[in-house]
Amino acid sequence: MSTAIDIKNLSYSYGNGPVLKDISFSIQKGDFFIIIGPNGSGKTTLLKTISGIIKPQRAQLEILGQSIRSYTRKVLAKTIAFVPQMVQVDFPFTVSELVLMGRSPYLGLLGLEREKDIKIAEHAMAFTGVEHLARRRLDQLSGGERQRVFIARAICQDSEIILLDEPTASLDLAHQVRVMDLMERLKKEKSVTVIMVSHDVNLAAMYGDRLLLINKGKIVSMGRPDEVLTFQALEEAYGCTLLVDESPIGKFPRITLVPQKFSNSGPFEN
Amino acid sequence: MNPKTPFLLKRLFTVSFLLLLLLLGAMFLGLSLGSSENGVKAVWQSLSGAREADSMLTTIIWRIRFPRVVLAALIGATLSLGGLVFQALLRNPLAEPYILGISGGSAVGAIIGILMGLSRFPGVSFTAFAGSMATLLLIFLISSGRTILKKDSLLLSGVMINAFCSAIIMFLVSMTYDSRLHNIMFWLMGDLSTADISQVGILAASILPCFVLIFCLSNSMNLLLLGKEMAQTMGVNIKFVTVTLLVATSFMVSATVCHCGLIGFVGLVIPHLLRLLFGPDHRVLVPACMLGGGAYMVFCDLLARVLPEQGEMPAGVITAMIGAPLFIFLLKRSDLRK
Repeated sequence: MSTAIDIKNLSYSYGNGPVLKDISFSIQKGDFFIIIGPNGSGKTTLLKTISGIIKPQRAQLEILGQSIRSYTRKVLAKTIAFVPQMVQVDFPFTVSELVLMGRSPYLGLLGLEREKDIKIAEHAMAFTGVEHLARRRLDQLSGGERQRVFIARAICQDSEIILLDEPTASLDLAHQVRVMDLMERLKKEKSVTVIMVSHDVNLAAMYGDRLLLINKGKIVSMGRPDEVLTFQALEEAYGCTLLVDESPIGKFPRITLVPQKFSNSGPFEN
Repeated sequence: MNPKTPFLLKRLFTVSFLLLLLLLGAMFLGLSLGSSENGVKAVWQSLSGAREADSMLTTIIWRIRFPRVVLAALIGATLSLGGLVFQALLRNPLAEPYILGISGGSAVGAIIGILMGLSRFPGVSFTAFAGSMATLLLIFLISSGRTILKKDSLLLSGVMINAFCSAIIMFLVSMTYDSRLHNIMFWLMGDLSTADISQVGILAASILPCFVLIFCLSNSMNLLLLGKEMAQTMGVNIKFVTVTLLVATSFMVSATVCHCGLIGFVGLVIPHLLRLLFGPDHRVLVPACMLGGGAYMVFCDLLARVLPEQGEMPAGVITAMIGAPLFIFLLKRSDLRK
């Protein structure tokens, strides 16, 4: 397999102290790659760097074997799609209008879409199961439906790489699984490289091919879920008591939070 | 074609066609009605150049009413489009050149130009443009602290800029003693009665390229509504699009301000109405605002000409009477939504 993303010596600061410190790693094509870490660890900044939103001064960032600097905006948009955390849209767009926006990098000077673009958009809506909502307005959707609409928009960009920033945050359980299953299908059926930032270590354990754990802007570890999600690494990164065992449904770790009232007794003491 | 996804081009043409009819209808009304009463048939004869046409009426229509109606249409188109662009750039449905104080800034520039005795074009146009750019810069300086993009603070700073501009205008007016005073006062309130065809031609030639430019950027405006970061990841050159739109819009608005003074709320009323009717897609809204805004302004100017028993009132009075209550209504509603 070849490399989708290759990062060398990435550092970034917002002004008051560095957010990312000398990060180097690479992501293989076709992986479901999940970045985890506590709040303020630099996950989102890392994702924004890969998407090209943030441009660090000194760092080597290669996408599909080419430096990100050699990409024009439109070509980059055709290569990487980005699904941010909940976007506030104050204007009454319909679902199909929003999904069609994903075709923008392919449109001509006047920005008018052709029949082909509509076909692609309808296919994307069917893929994420929102085609019955096509004419509904965005503000009439539930959180889960909204998220799938934004993912359909990203699919429309027809890119080899899709980035998602906490797509399951604030969704109920059924919608969390639905979104994750969707990304898994996207990876398998369309061989898209999925790169996701997540707060949910259990979802990361179940779906991730490879995980990256970062803390305070530095890489803690990277590898298969069972390599990264060890009890020591997690407790140190998140600073709380945890129990890690094997999931009853498969060969991957299961993480259980241990509340304060149980943490001083029983088998949880280290 | 799948009925689920309305095809954009079809919608674009339908909407444009309907609004073009509306505009032509309004213009025909504008040409027909006025202080000298004539039947529709006589007007039609004059317009179509028929042999039995009344030559007096033909002169009135082509010399007096025609430039004025075209000027009104251009102004309406410019102001609606200006409102639309600012609403997209600031992601704020209540933004508008007049409310933000940009019209006020260019009015200050224009009055300074008039008092310096400059000709209307290019002299006064230039000082008006400088005035609007100065206000724009001021708004961006104030808003560079990020928080200003919230609705209320942006509108508040607009109100303050407007108040400041009014004070400067009043100061300049109070220093003027001669016959220019009446002209300035009338002009300030949005007066279209001074239209003459060569000036209207120059205005059209200078703002039509802006219309085309803005239409080419209309899809980028759609994407900007999702936020700068999202737009960027979909291939939009944020800096280029923002600067181009701001400069083109300020240029258009100041060009119209030096012809007709301050006409407010057109940029608020028309985009809102059209968004309600045709949805928020800018590729439809940009041509719709041009045509619909033109029709609206022709209509408002017609009311301003026809309503008073004697003489006429400035068109800005009519647009403000319709627009200001609507603005309050929209502000109230957006509060309720939170």
